[in-house]
Amino acid sequence: MDYQLNELQQMLQQSVEKYVERDYDFANRQQLAVTDLGYSEENWRQFAELGWLGVPFTEEQGGFGGGATELMVLFEAFGKALLLEPYLASVVLGGQLLARVGSAEQIERLLPAVIAGESKLALAHSEPQSRYHLSRVACSAAAQGDGFLLTGHKALVLNGQNADHLLVTARTSGDVDDPQGISLFLVPAEAAGVTVRGYRTVDSLQAAEVHLDGVELSADSVLGTVGEAHADIEWVIDQGIAALCAEALGCMESLQQATVEYLQTRKQFGVAIGQFQSLQHAAVDMFIALSQSRSMVYLAANRANADRDERRAALSAAKNFIGRAGRLIGQTAVQLHGGVGMSDELDVSHYFKRLTAINTWLGDDHHHLGQYSDSLLAK
Amino acid sequence: MQLEFSAEEEAFRLEVRDFIAANYPVEIRRRMEAGVAPGKSDFVTWQQILYQQGWIAPRWPVEYGGTGWSPVQCYIFEEEITAASTPRVMPFGLTMLGPVLMTFGSDEQKQQYLPAILDSTTWWCQGYSEPDAGSDLASLKTQAVLEGDHYRVNGSKIWTTYAHYADMMFCLVRTSSEERKQQGISFLLLDMDDPGVEVAPIITNNGLHVVNQVFLKDVRVPRENLVGEEGAGWTIAKYLLGHERTTIAGVAASRQQMRRLKEIATQELDGALPLWQSSRFRDRVAEVEIDLLALEQTNLRVLCDENAGRGPGPEASLLKVRGTEIQQQITELMAEAVGYYGLPYDKTVLTEGWGDQPPVGPDYAASLMPHYFDWRKSSIYGGSNEIQKNIIAKAVLGLG
Ligand SMILES: Cc1cc2nc3c(=O)[nH]c(=O)nc-3n(C[C@H](O)[C@H](O)[C@H](O)COP(=O)(O)OP(=O)(O)OC[C@H]3O[C@@H](n4cnc5c(N)ncnc54)[C@H](O)[C@@H]3O)c2cc1C
Repeated sequence: MDYQLNELQQMLQQSVEKYVERDYDFANRQQLAVTDLGYSEENWRQFAELGWLGVPFTEEQGGFGGGATELMVLFEAFGKALLLEPYLASVVLGGQLLARVGSAEQIERLLPAVIAGESKLALAHSEPQSRYHLSRVACSAAAQGDGFLLTGHKALVLNGQNADHLLVTARTSGDVDDPQGISLFLVPAEAAGVTVRGYRTVDSLQAAEVHLDGVELSADSVLGTVGEAHADIEWVIDQGIAALCAEALGCMESLQQATVEYLQTRKQFGVAIGQFQSLQHAAVDMFIALSQSRSMVYLAANRANADRDERRAALSAAKNFIGRAGRLIGQTAVQLHGGVGMSDELDVSHYFKRLTAINTWLGDDHHHLGQYSDSLLAK
Repeated sequence: MQLEFSAEEEAFRLEVRDFIAANYPVEIRRRMEAGVAPGKSDFVTWQQILYQQGWIAPRWPVEYGGTGWSPVQCYIFEEEITAASTPRVMPFGLTMLGPVLMTFGSDEQKQQYLPAILDSTTWWCQGYSEPDAGSDLASLKTQAVLEGDHYRVNGSKIWTTYAHYADMMFCLVRTSSEERKQQGISFLLLDMDDPGVEVAPIITNNGLHVVNQVFLKDVRVPRENLVGEEGAGWTIAKYLLGHERTTIAGVAASRQQMRRLKEIATQELDGALPLWQSSRFRDRVAEVEIDLLALEQTNLRVLCDENAGRGPGPEASLLKVRGTEIQQQITELMAEAVGYYGLPYDKTVLTEGWGDQPPVGPDYAASLMPHYFDWRKSSIYGGSNEIQKNIIAKAVLGLG
């Protein structure tokens, strides 16, 4: 057993940590978050130059040849930086799904542009009535001539308003809850019949409602096999969960550090408030949750490509644990900062909000508890 | 023992309910039910309606404009106005300053200020906390120096709720430095329009402006605006703290939120079934509801002691701790209930509602996550929950 990063991974870690420390300060981030785009194109170009946008892709595809561990390294640093750029949407979810199921021709057409930062992707899967259930797809793709006609409504599409291509799931057969019969389509954002309503989210990211009103698609816009997308959706959501868990870890570390510093410097009753034992214990509870979160983040990265059942159970376990740890750490950090912890000017508020939102994205702790619990029945 | 409300108390409840049904303005009700944050005019309009009815200050003595209701009646009244989603009656003048003036104020002060508190023509704010004096309030530094017929005040107050709405502020200031920091503190009434008063907004984690930092630079406060003796500020502040026991637990508000939570969970889907049909989710709601029942019974027990003339002791701190913990759990369950639709954020929607636009997701969703963020404040203000536990440890258990 070995919990160490290899040399290449360590180099990646140094490069990303240096970048977020030096070039991604919080004040700047806050200004970017309220622009129309919600992040910086300049940063995105820089990520491409640094090779980050190609991290999880093979060298033949023009990538770095990395996987879940390399993504973990990036996302932990992204968490500390409260990064706004749509890496999760475009690379982890969109890019990896394209690379996994696309034909050689489809990959060749789009992936190099994604890696070069010229094209951005978004995964349009969840729907107003689907909650976190991955097999629940009501959007329909009816056969029309050689192609398909897409109709439906996709909800909370991360980076939906800034993507040039959407990876859209729709049902080609089966009932609304049937894992069979879900197909995946590559849809240009400007295709006729696609309406995108973008908005900001509580964690200052960008998401959109995507309405598909009779979008006509040719047969070659299908990614993978018709009706068989469910397993790949599960896989890519698990990759997303592993990345989000690592990002949460970065947020937790920052909160732990900020809180301990605050306890050491804030004075009330003539002493640093860190002298009060009840606050010491609260900070220790944060620390315990943080340490175990790190272990769960490693586990998640490690199991991200295991066989389906093992992978799903491990990722649900990780997402559940990180959700609970993130809640404890976020709430405690705010509480121990007193009134200051409520102010939006402080990064503490934004780590707290990002941790809360990370718990929601891709299924909250209670959803994943249910998934894990149900997996026990199957054993 | 008689754990039910009496027939008279139930009749009283109906009277209150009928009054609200007939007099609560529809526009305000609609916004409040949609989770829109009330603005100054919403608060004032509703308070003036209660004033017209003679119900604005139930706990005040009758001779000052109170209703003469028993504590249990006051509790029922609170339950009904909360269940109807009316804007919260602002406590600063009515719950905090009013009783202070009745007890410590001069006749002139009573005549000058009490009527305008009752009819809500003066909005008061509370200037206690300072950047370096929060839990340790007695270490406050804002200075008031007597110069002939006025005090010259210098310093800064922070977290001042609705200072930007306020006409007047009651505040604690230091008039002399004594050996014990609790000495030398005085209670002053300050006009927010005076030159030298500057109000700077603080935006909190829901993106809204409710609290402020107030800077005081050479503000001249007439000597007659001192309440009580010079140096009596701490005694007055402690008296005031004892004055919001019955509503501190927020049981009525939590009951109301539980009703909303159930409505939402009935409309949300989890798979093919309503979320409310999921025993995993419902069990968690049930557990909070049981905790709320325990809190409510405890609250009523404290009230009945008060009815019988036995004042609540420091165990009221228990009501604050458990009350806020339960409120926070409910806000969290509500945000969780709407799943992904807890995430979209639009500040304008929080203050004005969706207006003509179609909502993103269900119309009840937009305010839930910001409300969860915001309600973390409840365990920080009003004496943080850590401080409340210190009080119980010391005053009830005799530890420390
Ligand atoms: C939304 C909001 C509205 C407010 N409105 C008003 C208002 O209108 N007027 C007004 O005057 N004030 C107001 N306050 C201020 C509020 O009363 C203070 O925030 C509160 O007293 C805590 O003080 P502090 O923020 O300085 O935190 P601190 O006192 O610095 O506390 C920081 C942390 O240390 C803990 N702590 C401190 N001392 C101890 C101890 N001895 N033992 C254990 N733990 C301890 C606290 O519990 C907290 O977790 C408001 C605050 C908020 C958040």
